[in-house]
Amino acid sequence: MRFKFEIGCVLVLLACFIFTQADINRFYYFAGFAILQYVMISTAWNILGGYGGYINFGTAGFLGVGSYAAIALIEFYGAGIIEQIVAAGIIAGFLGLAIGFFTLRLKGVYFAIATLALAIVLETIVNNWDYVGGAAGVSILPPRKPELLGILIVDRKGDGIFQNNKEYLFFLMAVMAVMSVWIARTIEFGKLGRGLNAIKDNEEAAECMGVPTLKLKLVATVISGALMGMAGAIFPSYVTYVDPPTAFNLELAVNSLAMPMIGGTFTWIGPVVGSILLGTVQQVAIVTISSEINLLIIGVLLIFFVTVAPQGIVGWFMKKNK
Amino acid sequence: MSEALLKVESVTKNFGGFTALSNVTTEVLTGERFGLIGPNGSGKTTLINCISGTLVNEGGNIIFDGQELAGMKAHQRTAAGITRTFQIPRPFHSMTIMDNLRIPIEFVSGSSSSQNEMKDQAMEILETMGMAEKANEETSGLTQIELRKLELARAIAAKPKLLISDEAMAGLTGNEVDEVLDILIKFNEAGMTIIMIEHIMRAVMQFSHRVICLDAGQLIAEGTPDVIVKDKGVERAYLGV
Ligand SMILES: Nc1ncnc2c1ncn2[C@@H]1O[C@H](COP(=O)(O)OP(=O)(O)OP(=O)(O)O)[C@@H](O)[C@H]1O
Ligand SMILES: [Mg+2]
Repeated sequence: MRFKFEIGCVLVLLACFIFTQADINRFYYFAGFAILQYVMISTAWNILGGYGGYINFGTAGFLGVGSYAAIALIEFYGAGIIEQIVAAGIIAGFLGLAIGFFTLRLKGVYFAIATLALAIVLETIVNNWDYVGGAAGVSILPPRKPELLGILIVDRKGDGIFQNNKEYLFFLMAVMAVMSVWIARTIEFGKLGRGLNAIKDNEEAAECMGVPTLKLKLVATVISGALMGMAGAIFPSYVTYVDPPTAFNLELAVNSLAMPMIGGTFTWIGPVVGSILLGTVQQVAIVTISSEINLLIIGVLLIFFVTVAPQGIVGWFMKKNK
Repeated sequence: MSEALLKVESVTKNFGGFTALSNVTTEVLTGERFGLIGPNGSGKTTLINCISGTLVNEGGNIIFDGQELAGMKAHQRTAAGITRTFQIPRPFHSMTIMDNLRIPIEFVSGSSSSQNEMKDQAMEILETMGMAEKANEETSGLTQIELRKLELARAIAAKPKLLISDEAMAGLTGNEVDEVLDILIKFNEAGMTIIMIEHIMRAVMQFSHRVICLDAGQLIAEGTPDVIVKDKGVERAYLGV
């Protein structure tokens, strides 16, 4: 069938929408939101890291910039969530362009180190920026009755589409996650994806075969960074209190590269599978054991996959079915 | 076959204090089959790197098709019509043979073609190279000889005006050398100018209209194959006396 994937996207969104309308335990929202966020972040990471082979350790930086762009806009003029997301995407995209311009000439490990440094520098800046709360953090008051294009979105009494803001944000997160996967898949099956693959396999050979390597890497970094920024933008409204360590969340950053690597980096479905599986395991672990166990789980799985099954879960299944 | 397609003018390349190329000047004519020889470490690959843009030469000019190449990136030079192979094959190892060829086709020679036309173009080249039945195989299963052929096939897929082959025949048997020579001559007769770097003297002498010899980064001889084989300097460079 021709539009199998697109139909799948619509069905997923429909399911997510129905989920928000049903009367469901709060915990499942929280867990579902986290998993959708992981899908988006690891899919974004994989555009540069999986297709192009450039390991970005700076996911936390892009997420944090997205979060604080949203906070700054709220402080500045009480921007709505859609404006926050769009602006955060643009700002994080430009950040990607700037970082890429200075660091993408560096090969492999140097690029990785530069991106890690970026996250630390940005967090330090925000720590000292009082307008957005500085080190003490900042509380966000979500608007009581947000509207979009004249339509009432959230209303406690049931006049809007959603009963409360968390449901609305959950659905927005789902839309963004599906959009990210669609973008990643479109890239993968297009010229950009093939060029990035050539870069990953052998950058000098790619360049000599006519691939404009720097340009493609920059485009990938901008798209990847913009998506991370957008994922970060929704975070302050969702948790309603943000300080630098939660916005520049190192655990999210580790997950963003561990999930694609465990799921499989070479195709769009790898990060999706990795995020859903690991995200679920982590949410269960939070309830049953403790949240500290999560990094341990991720670490052990990461070591296992990198050494035993570098193609990830998806690659392993594809090999079995050959 | 008269005007120069490639002009190399006083090209110098240093690695730290070491001079890998010193003041090399030569010309490759349009349609020519041009041999580049020299002992190990004499600077042949370094010269190719400077021409293809993977290294930047400190001194001198390289002019291709009337255009000064300084400041042009490697991929722009490929688009302008220079494609090279690598002495140690560098296949795109996560792709099939067919997809390896589709990279230069999509990015250079056939960028306006449809996906199916690109496949046809790749297939045509693979057929000429005798690799058609391997089109959908991964590169990991290829023998050394097949990897060298893939290097050539991929470079040819960019439809270059100037093809630079860096030791495409190392390790090949006599028959295989003849096979590759035939292929290169066929493309040359179709209008492709070719620079061949080779240690197999029989092949390079049989192939080339003209040959130059590098030794320790210096151009020590230039001429037709019969002149080069009799050249005392070339003999000294190879025998090391
Ligand atoms: N990137 C580099 N950095 C430092 N030295 C280099 C580099 N590339 C080449 N050289 C040195 O420059 C000299 C010329 O090397 P080059 O590879 O051009 O030789 P070659 O003629 O192609 O030899 P061969 O026949 O063995 O391929 C050698 O001494 C080599 O060690
Ligand atoms: Mg060499």
